[in-house]
Amino acid sequence: MEPILDIRGLTKTYSGGLKALDAVDLEVRRGEIFALLGPNGAGKTTLIGAVCGMVRPTSGSIRAFGLDLKSDWREIRQRIGLVPQELGFDIFDTVDRQIRYSRGLFGRASDDGRITEILRSLQLLDKRHDQIRKLSGGMKRRVLIAKALSHDPDLLFLDEPTAGVDVELRRDMWRLIDQLRDQGVTIILTTHYIEEAEEMADRVGIIDKGRILLVDDKDAIMARLGRTEARFVLERPQQSIPEALQSYHVSLHDEGKVLVYRGGDGMGKGKAEIAAIARILIEHGIIFSALDQKESSLEDIFVELMEEQAAG
Amino acid sequence: MINLRGTWAIYKQEVSRAWRAIFGTIVSPVLTTSLYFVVFGSAIGGQMQAVGGVNYGAFIVPGLLMLTLLSESTSNASFGIYMPRFTGSIYELLSAPVGVAETLIGFVGAAATKSLILAAIILATATIFVDYSIAHPILAVCYIMLVAASFSLLGFILGIWAEGFEKLQMIPMLVLMPLTFLGGTFYSIDMLDEPWRSVALFNPIVYLVNGLRWTFYGSSDVNILVSAGSTVAFLVICIGVIAVIFKTGWRLRS
Repeated sequence: MEPILDIRGLTKTYSGGLKALDAVDLEVRRGEIFALLGPNGAGKTTLIGAVCGMVRPTSGSIRAFGLDLKSDWREIRQRIGLVPQELGFDIFDTVDRQIRYSRGLFGRASDDGRITEILRSLQLLDKRHDQIRKLSGGMKRRVLIAKALSHDPDLLFLDEPTAGVDVELRRDMWRLIDQLRDQGVTIILTTHYIEEAEEMADRVGIIDKGRILLVDDKDAIMARLGRTEARFVLERPQQSIPEALQSYHVSLHDEGKVLVYRGGDGMGKGKAEIAAIARILIEHGIIFSALDQKESSLEDIFVELMEEQAAG
Repeated sequence: MINLRGTWAIYKQEVSRAWRAIFGTIVSPVLTTSLYFVVFGSAIGGQMQAVGGVNYGAFIVPGLLMLTLLSESTSNASFGIYMPRFTGSIYELLSAPVGVAETLIGFVGAAATKSLILAAIILATATIFVDYSIAHPILAVCYIMLVAASFSLLGFILGIWAEGFEKLQMIPMLVLMPLTFLGGTFYSIDMLDEPWRSVALFNPIVYLVNGLRWTFYGSSDVNILVSAGSTVAFLVICIGVIAVIFKTGWRLRS
């Protein structure tokens, strides 16, 4: 199936010489939630800006919905929604008017029913006639989302949608994103919160210094790069690793008092191996008084990749 | 295909913004201009000689109208485009399926509309203080619309150029207002001695004020065709500059 967004060799060099995007290739599939992860200044917002029209690419091509952005920008933009990172709107205007404005701007006819529906889904219905300046930070962010949804986009960009919002709103946003996916909207979100990507995304892309380091299904990344770690605290220090454990990724620490296992694939293999190690220890009369087990998260994988990248 | 709904959305939003700030956009300029009519039209005007057969109070009506038109058209349009840049909401305009034509018609159309409403109120208010007539009413309306559109375009350019509120006010306050005062608002340039009369001919506002004055009283210090032609040329130049701004993304897209 043709990707909903197809970026080839996208490069952006700012006038000061900073290369924010360096020959980025990226395909986003129809109907998926794609999380773009990267540290500050990695190029996430520039990439979104290039697709949405705020940034002029230096070179490369962008195709969306099978159309070329250079020649078919009107058709493409009509079908894209953007929730920016910064809160930006006329704060003296009312919620209702701002959403109507957004819908009209994107060429859609006024539709009271649809606007009410959007307001209700974002719990803004009772605030519709309020001035935006009177809303809390979380409510203002909801208004931004309502504006982006006002023209029923097929592709929605969420640039750090939960940055600086409270836990409750973050959970609400996740629910909303899920609902949108169910409605067939393709979502591209950038985030600092790896937990968010882990929770929501079907596929993950990692970007740093303007280059895409990795793009894959979240589960595939976890399977390929995920690890399980277990620490067996031994009652009696061991001088060496028993022969029967040699085939496992284990090592002794703290003068032989702790046996550490690091292995698995992030998909259950690690847990099975830990159980096997525990069994072998007991069979060999090696008593352990405590066992700590931890699955590596997407965050661990991300940090590891960043460290590898930094090390060159 | 042109996004007419997008154009209408921008236009409606801008007009609504002006309505919300009615004191600044309508009440304040009407009050200021009315004070000019009271002081220069009624109080002092009665003591002044007629200028070119027109009594002084009536003579200054087109000039004062032009003064308000220029400053309000410029500042309305410059604020209109500068505010989204300032608040960050420009992202929506840049990511929307609207091109230069829709954006210009929306913003400049709204700014010009506000100026036309203002002009109508000022002309109505002027009747309270001075006795004046309009010799060519249709041409007067056309000329007012032309000037309002031209200076709204100028304001739009200023709103993109400005990087702060200070710069936004710089051209209207430091250039347009002095040139308008010296451009024959309160006097005919024929009343000036040489070399000041010749110097005054280099002031473009002289042509605008006289163009409008001709539509009111049928007489002008300068050739009316030069007035109309230069205003149209100014409008075309502004559109050209804006087209280049949108093409290059200057101050709009990074």
